[in-house]
Amino acid sequence: MKGSVGSKRLGATWGTTWKRAKRFARAFAACALLTPLIACAGPLSTLEPAGPAARSIAALWWVMLAGATLLLGLVICLLALAFLRPAVARGVPPALWIVGGGLALPALVLTPLMVYALASGENLFQARAEGRTEVDVLARQWEWVFTYRSADGTVRRSNNVLHLTAGQPVLLRITSADVIHSFWVPRLAGKIDATPGHVTMLRLNADVPGRYRGVCAEFCGIAHRDMQMTVEAHGSEDETGRVIDGLPPAMPEDLVDAGGRP
Amino acid sequence: MSEAVPIQDPIRLHKALDAVWRTPPGVGRLSAVNHTIVGRRFIVTAFVFFGIGGLLAMLIRAQLATPRGVFLGPEIYNQVFTMHGTVMMFLFAIPLIEGVTFYLLPKMLGARDMAFPRLSAYGYWCYLFGGAILIVGMVLGVAPNAGWFMYTPLTSRPFTPGINSDLWLIGVTFVEISALSAAVEIIVSVLKLRAPGMSLDKMPLFAWYMLVTAFMMLFGFPPLIVGSVLLEVERAFGLPFFDPNRGGDPILWQHLFWLFGHPEVYIIFLPAAGVVSTILPVFARREIIGYLAIVVSIVALAFLSFGLWVHHMFTVGIPHLALAFFSAASTAVAIPTAVQIFAWIGTLFAGRPQLRLPMLYILGFFFIFVTGGLTGVMVAIVPFNWQVHDTHFVVAHLHYVLVGGFVFPMLAATHYWLPHFTGRVPRVSLGVAAFWLIFVGFNLTFLIMHATGLLGMTRRIYTYDPANGWEWLNLVSSIGSFVMAIGLALFTVDVALQIRFGRRPGRNPWRAGTLEWATGTPPPSYNFASIPVVDTRSPLKQSTGLAVALAQGRGYLGFVRDGRLETLGVEVTSGQVEQVVRLPGPTYLPLVSAVATAVFFLAVLFQVYVVAVIGFVATIGTLLLWTRGHGDHADRGAMPIGHGKYVPSHGESGSSPSQWAMWIALFGDATAFGSLAFGSLYLAIVAPNWPPPQLAQWNLLLSGSAAAGLVLAAIAAGRSVSPTVLPHAAKRKRWLFVTAGAHSMALAALVGMAFGVPAPTEHAYGAAALVVLCYVALHVALGAVFALYGLWRSRRGFVSLVRSSDLMIGRAWHAFTAAIGVVTLLLLHAMSWTASP
Repeated sequence: MKGSVGSKRLGATWGTTWKRAKRFARAFAACALLTPLIACAGPLSTLEPAGPAARSIAALWWVMLAGATLLLGLVICLLALAFLRPAVARGVPPALWIVGGGLALPALVLTPLMVYALASGENLFQARAEGRTEVDVLARQWEWVFTYRSADGTVRRSNNVLHLTAGQPVLLRITSADVIHSFWVPRLAGKIDATPGHVTMLRLNADVPGRYRGVCAEFCGIAHRDMQMTVEAHGSEDETGRVIDGLPPAMPEDLVDAGGRP
Repeated sequence: MSEAVPIQDPIRLHKALDAVWRTPPGVGRLSAVNHTIVGRRFIVTAFVFFGIGGLLAMLIRAQLATPRGVFLGPEIYNQVFTMHGTVMMFLFAIPLIEGVTFYLLPKMLGARDMAFPRLSAYGYWCYLFGGAILIVGMVLGVAPNAGWFMYTPLTSRPFTPGINSDLWLIGVTFVEISALSAAVEIIVSVLKLRAPGMSLDKMPLFAWYMLVTAFMMLFGFPPLIVGSVLLEVERAFGLPFFDPNRGGDPILWQHLFWLFGHPEVYIIFLPAAGVVSTILPVFARREIIGYLAIVVSIVALAFLSFGLWVHHMFTVGIPHLALAFFSAASTAVAIPTAVQIFAWIGTLFAGRPQLRLPMLYILGFFFIFVTGGLTGVMVAIVPFNWQVHDTHFVVAHLHYVLVGGFVFPMLAATHYWLPHFTGRVPRVSLGVAAFWLIFVGFNLTFLIMHATGLLGMTRRIYTYDPANGWEWLNLVSSIGSFVMAIGLALFTVDVALQIRFGRRPGRNPWRAGTLEWATGTPPPSYNFASIPVVDTRSPLKQSTGLAVALAQGRGYLGFVRDGRLETLGVEVTSGQVEQVVRLPGPTYLPLVSAVATAVFFLAVLFQVYVVAVIGFVATIGTLLLWTRGHGDHADRGAMPIGHGKYVPSHGESGSSPSQWAMWIALFGDATAFGSLAFGSLYLAIVAPNWPPPQLAQWNLLLSGSAAAGLVLAAIAAGRSVSPTVLPHAAKRKRWLFVTAGAHSMALAALVGMAFGVPAPTEHAYGAAALVVLCYVALHVALGAVFALYGLWRSRRGFVSLVRSSDLMIGRAWHAFTAAIGVVTLLLLHAMSWTASP
């Protein structure tokens, strides 16, 4: 140790440093466990799902969180052992570290995760393509315009409030009139961009009647944060129909037009 | 021929070498090209920008500390977060990597400098001037304000009419010149400028990491530069590449940006991992395990990183099967990363690890980076991504990756190599306290921010309402960020104290095995008084007396010849000594060229295009001036390098660094051209509002003469370097004239074609055709310049059968130009074909 940089100082504090580190690690673990437990609720919380899409993603999160915590714990334990009890793994041949830790471990963890994620993504994606009713969504700086086509051919519009029926999936056809926005109602489903020149699809379904808040998730200029909306899930189709019938008619500039290509 | 007798006396040898390698003091420092000085400049400047970026981060956290904050308004806030990202990515991370590499690489490889010292100096000035443009813009209140990834159409003229976006496009492109030039220089230096005997499998791992990183920079930055140029052209001249109403597509920008932006993350991470792979074995007191596995894994990482840019675009609305591919590729990245992490852990177990200060930072790196990697796997899962994309969860994730994967290793590197920079080690250290403040502050800020994101807080909102459940999370994040800032301030004080008051421990205080510790500390201008033979991965472990032997001139080149700066060049794989590379000394030319380049960029910024043309011509002109006084007028044959060995000079070696540089640079050029061609085809196939109202009627005579001129130029240039022509000045002259003439013909035909492009401001079809034509025309014009330059060098007697480097470089350019020219002509016809109804 002689003649090496800062060795005396560090040598002296080595024991206390380790104690401090242990104490810190304990506090840290407590925080890490508490954080999700106390903080799940909220009007925009993805962890308080109110629709099938958001619910399946929230479940995915809890599974991944558990897995990630285990893996992080494994790495930290190995590092601690390397300093405190190096003897336990001194004889492990290099190839085992590389093949076991570098190849086998991630392959074992990632393969089931990929399969699960692919299946759940495919589920959600298939769901995107179907819906009993369709609503066109036009995003523009800085509001959301929802247009509803009734059977009699009239087109009605609501700004910043989307009306739908609880338990009835709605297919949204989304585009933008100016810059890129992103449609997001966290308690119901993941987000999808509203891009000028393109139409994107999203299926929205609320389990129970209520009001669900949504926001623009893609930065879209000076009033980005004010570009909010509400999804109103009504108790029955009749009720939704009555509300929509009372809406004003749509203007020509409110209708989705994406320039001829899907 | 002058004396080439090794000088045995270390003092005399030092004086003789220093006399030719030294950079003059005072104003003369502006002429510095030496890698130690330029590297140090990059590092110090990058840390200054780190400070600026950090202050911006504190403004953000101050604003978000409480709901309905009124500290910054939305306009200022938008500028602040845009500049925070821009500064940290482009003005801190990449330049710091360049600086560390410039400083360390030659010393680790046993060379006396980088392959192109003037290019590194030029890159530094470009970086400084480009960064200054951005910062001045910010001080004047017109900083870019649309987010650091500059999504169109928000950044297009109608939605950002001011100069803000132009500042970003021009400032960043200016800075990226330094990244591209560094990429070429690092690749050539690693491949060619090593100590004799250092075969590829004996290179220090850091050199491997930097070789791979430099290739990634070479392929990663061109798409960004192409995208920036297209967007600036759209903003300045109304050519619609990203405007969906006129056949453009905003999604094209996202592809070009993330085609750069994702590899960028690994460009930042790999050098830091290289630092870990260098430092960790020193404190494990054992050589690293799995050298070969690590090399394979970094190459794999590089390849994978170019295949997953779409994972930034999962919410764009791309078909799910395509998303699944990119999702799988993104999670697959975990494998080569895990290989490295377990190689490091295995090394610690196999050795006798010591918890010194740099090692403490590396443990911090492990915790933070592994966490960031795990959340990285999460965001690579498509459905989860749909929820957390554009929320604070992603902000937390990216800070875990970049601070853990870059800042912590760099802080470790600072403590580890500071004794090398200064020759001093600390008497007392505040380093441990600073570490804990930074580590705790960081985790307090960002661990909790994952939850903020899951609770629905999106990025880039300047304020929020209470009752979302975000208040205390944000407050804790803000407090944590200030704890971290205090830690970084303490770190700075600690470094300053060490520089000022540290004691002098002598060579190699950490008992490291890599060659950089064989130089004096601080290092002399020439690094090594003589150049070692290397036959192991840790030469200093092998022979402890190596440093002294080198100082006594007992290696190669332990003398000064002709008053020139000399180092050795090797064969790429075997490391067999192959050539004496003669390097340029201090000169103001890089500064002059960079000023000319600055004139060009500022003129484009302020739309004074006449001045821009002057600036461009002046840049090319001054760059050509760099060759004055270099090269030999007669063949001189093999030269002694000591120990009875003789090798030719680089100009006569047939494998000179400049030739390698041209080939490597053309790879980058090909990537830029590929991005442009990809963009054009993408628009033709995917963009809305196609087909265009009017298609070009290409005149076959024009396209025919363009093709003929391009091919003829390439053939003539090939003839000019054939063994039957090369020795005869008159024949060379004839073929070079043909080359120049053929280029002129092609240029005229291409300009004629450009006039036939229908209304480029009305539809992306015309805009794309015009830009591709201009790209080729620029290459043809430069080709003519290269041919004339070859003529001039040939007439001045710099060319012979063995001294063919100047013409070989030209030939590579001409062949490349012909290739992209022909592809362009095919592309233009293909676009007309796909676009026709």
